[in-house]
Amino acid sequence: MGFLKSYALPRLLQWAVVIAVGTTVTFTIPRLLPTDPVEQTLRRVSTSLLDPRAIETFRATLTDLYGLQGTPLEQYGRFWARLLKADLGPSLGAFPTPVTQIIRDGLPWTIGLLGSATLISWVLGIVVGTLAAYFPRSKWSQFVGGLLVTVYPVPYFILSLVLVMTFAYYIPLFPLVGGATGSPANLGAYVFSILQHGFLPALSLVLGGAAFRFTIARALASGVIASDAVTYAEVAGLPRRRIIFGYVLRNSLLPQVTDLALSIGALFEGALITEFVFSYPGIGYRLYTAILQSDFNMIMGITIFSIVGIATAALLIDLLYPLFDPRVRYR
Amino acid sequence: MQQLSGVLRVTRDLYRSSPSFRTGATILAILLAMGVLSLVSPYGPDDRRVVPVDRPPSLQYFFGTTSLGQDVFWLTTYAIRNSLFVAGLAVVIGRSIAVMLGSFSGYVGGAIDRVISGFTDSFIVIPRLPLLILISFMIRGSLNMLGLAVLLGLLDWAWPSKRYRSQVLTLREEDFTKTATFAGMGTLKIILREHLPFLIPFLLADAVSGFLFAIGMEVTLSVLGLSDLGSPTIGTMIYWAGYYQALLTRRFWWLVAPIVTSVLLVVAMYLLSISLGNYLDPRTRLKVLAARSTA
Amino acid sequence: MIASSAISSSTIADVRELRAYYSTSIFNVQRTVRAVDDISLQIHEGEVYGIAGESGCGKSTLLKVLLGMVTPPLAVVNGSVHYRVEGRDVDVLALSDEERRAMRWKVVSYIPQGSMHVLNPVRRIRDTFRDFIAAHKPPWASKSDEHVNEYLAELGLPQRVLGAYPHQLSGGMRQRVTIALATILLPRLVLADEPTTALDVVVQRGVIQLLQDIRARMNSTLVLVTHDMGVHANLADRVMVLYAGQVMEEADTTTLFEQPLHPYTQYLIQSLPKIDDRAERVSIPGRPPSLDNPPTGCRFHPRCPYAMDVCKTTVPQLQEVRPGHRVACHLVTPPPTGAERHAVAV
Repeated sequence: MGFLKSYALPRLLQWAVVIAVGTTVTFTIPRLLPTDPVEQTLRRVSTSLLDPRAIETFRATLTDLYGLQGTPLEQYGRFWARLLKADLGPSLGAFPTPVTQIIRDGLPWTIGLLGSATLISWVLGIVVGTLAAYFPRSKWSQFVGGLLVTVYPVPYFILSLVLVMTFAYYIPLFPLVGGATGSPANLGAYVFSILQHGFLPALSLVLGGAAFRFTIARALASGVIASDAVTYAEVAGLPRRRIIFGYVLRNSLLPQVTDLALSIGALFEGALITEFVFSYPGIGYRLYTAILQSDFNMIMGITIFSIVGIATAALLIDLLYPLFDPRVRYR
Repeated sequence: MQQLSGVLRVTRDLYRSSPSFRTGATILAILLAMGVLSLVSPYGPDDRRVVPVDRPPSLQYFFGTTSLGQDVFWLTTYAIRNSLFVAGLAVVIGRSIAVMLGSFSGYVGGAIDRVISGFTDSFIVIPRLPLLILISFMIRGSLNMLGLAVLLGLLDWAWPSKRYRSQVLTLREEDFTKTATFAGMGTLKIILREHLPFLIPFLLADAVSGFLFAIGMEVTLSVLGLSDLGSPTIGTMIYWAGYYQALLTRRFWWLVAPIVTSVLLVVAMYLLSISLGNYLDPRTRLKVLAARSTA
Repeated sequence: MIASSAISSSTIADVRELRAYYSTSIFNVQRTVRAVDDISLQIHEGEVYGIAGESGCGKSTLLKVLLGMVTPPLAVVNGSVHYRVEGRDVDVLALSDEERRAMRWKVVSYIPQGSMHVLNPVRRIRDTFRDFIAAHKPPWASKSDEHVNEYLAELGLPQRVLGAYPHQLSGGMRQRVTIALATILLPRLVLADEPTTALDVVVQRGVIQLLQDIRARMNSTLVLVTHDMGVHANLADRVMVLYAGQVMEEADTTTLFEQPLHPYTQYLIQSLPKIDDRAERVSIPGRPPSLDNPPTGCRFHPRCPYAMDVCKTTVPQLQEVRPGHRVACHLVTPPPTGAERHAVAV
């Protein structure tokens, strides 16, 4: 119980702070910028054909919808009131569907993509990185290292674009857009189409993610390999496989778990970008549509959701960390 | 003068001993040359209809032409220049904030440090892309290259600030810092005069990661149509190519030029950063210094 | 302490003219560290052989070579290391990797410096024992848990240690666990590198006790490397004094402490605190030389109060001035004259 207090409580506090700071920043910035979203939207709608009273009503409605009426303090209060009820307002592009519903529709796709890609890229990156650290002079580890140097720095967008161009267009192996074809009623074909549509987006995330993981895993593993414990195990003649898995991997895994908590934000961004390029029907795609439709509420809503979601995911990972590290479990 | 000869010696050492450095430096030099070439471009950056549209690459038009009547080669030179400018400025702004905040926080310690660190840690977790999209969406019309650079810089200080803070924490315990304090040096002066020289090599290797972030974000924003679409950058080239369906109509040269350029740019910078990082790694550095002194 | 007289049939380890250097080339700058530079010694079965020296004298490298752990940038440039195992002569440096691995822990094992950190932090002690035992498959491997329990009990270590993680144990306890780990397979030769450093005096005593116990039980040979002369006085049968990669003096403990011949040995002994002696502790002036550019002639000459001209030019040969007592010093063994002098100068 003591552990829970010393470990869990600070993390919960951090989580609350992140959400408070993040949402406040998201709330403040539009109000600091010179442009007025209400006017922006009005300009997009052809107002010359409407009579002035209708325009006024429209403006009032918009101001209310965007939560922009009253003093900033009143706005802030109302903002939090709605937030705590998980109300992000209606989407303008798909009026009157609430933003939360659109997010909910897109969420499974994004989670599926992000989850599977993260898992695969993690395992791949860590295993390959650790082995490359243990056998630094082997041909294949240098080859993989060189390959990853080319992939790692490339922005996610370019990576996805290259993949879509090569494998969906020039060599039409995969579908260009969408998440699936058919309906769940036809389960087998539906599931297959999900895999087919999801393959390239997942691949782009896996490549980028694995490259990143590899670099970090290799650096961490090198550190552990140089440590006293591993040197001693080698002196004692422990078999290589035992050393790699029991010592190097397990010890270098620990900092990577904390790292996951920190980098989950970057992974999420990568997923968004991939969805842009592939028109994959997750949250990223909804964001893209929102931009095209100038849907202010939607963009705000997704931003806030991202902050809350990432902070919570990071918290969960942090809370799971003690399961891996006996030094934290037993004080 | 002494510093210049030092820099030259480092470059020469690196060039000779590290193939990564050689490759990276060469590629970067070529790209920089292209960027400089933009100054003598026969066309202005937002000129349209100055050459025949949609011509494939040829001797006359090295990289082909676009649907807007622009020469892709010269467009690319502008793109390199602009992208480097935006990324460079963003890095300068971001790292300046990071160094100041991180060093200050690490050096003074105590409650101030805790507050700043807590604040910084929150920023690290917040995903920046949605925020970036929100802001650029709202000021879409008035976002020029300079504004974009400032925006990117303001978003990329949290993680580096943490690292500089930890560096300063170690430096703070060193003898020379204590001597300076006893001699009555003010906090700011200590940070600038004594600590900065140690941080600079670290800064250089770290600046590249800032570059990569800025370039990536610029491309993403531009392709979403949220930046200044009149100025040629790597991202805007891709945007316009998409707008005019370059992919579907097989005018791939319009897309290939920015894509290949961006890949070369980031790979070159990355190679430079790892070779520089290896060279400046205190462990190898000590060995080199020791070897030099006895040779 | 057993009176020793070198009978070659009871020699367990024989080192001749060993030179082992580290060669690095970074950014085109070459550097060679001559960590072990012409060492010859013999270790008798069943004795406690002490190696005394400050840090940086090459003792860790010597141990590495004795263990057969010679990986780049370390290379053996000259000399040989032979073990006498079960009546056979084994050339350590000529063994394959597999053979060396098999040899370790069963024939020769190692208690490292800084034993606090060599235990895997994410595994319980009993799992680490299992790992080590499984790696060498002794005949009782199937009952390894019981065996470990018994052994720890014999050594006076509490049973609770097995279920713990390393960070839950004190530094001294971890040290003793590592000693148990290194000796559980009953190796013939145990190399201990600074087993008592970084421990407080009370715990040191426990560790020394443990080492004595083990040696008595197993009748094994112990090579004890430490700069602490007090430990040598307590434990060692013979002591060798190592300086800058070379042997300065070697004798049985009593002789060494009562009649040290080499100035460096004299300093080492004088730095020991004695009860009733309130004289100021004299520390040896200067520092050990860096081994990539050692002094010419006798390597101790820059710090030696009795240095003569010849000490700067000629390396003193290690000679047996009395049975069982070897010294390398021009004071003790006047240097050869004339033409011979050139032959030995380095």
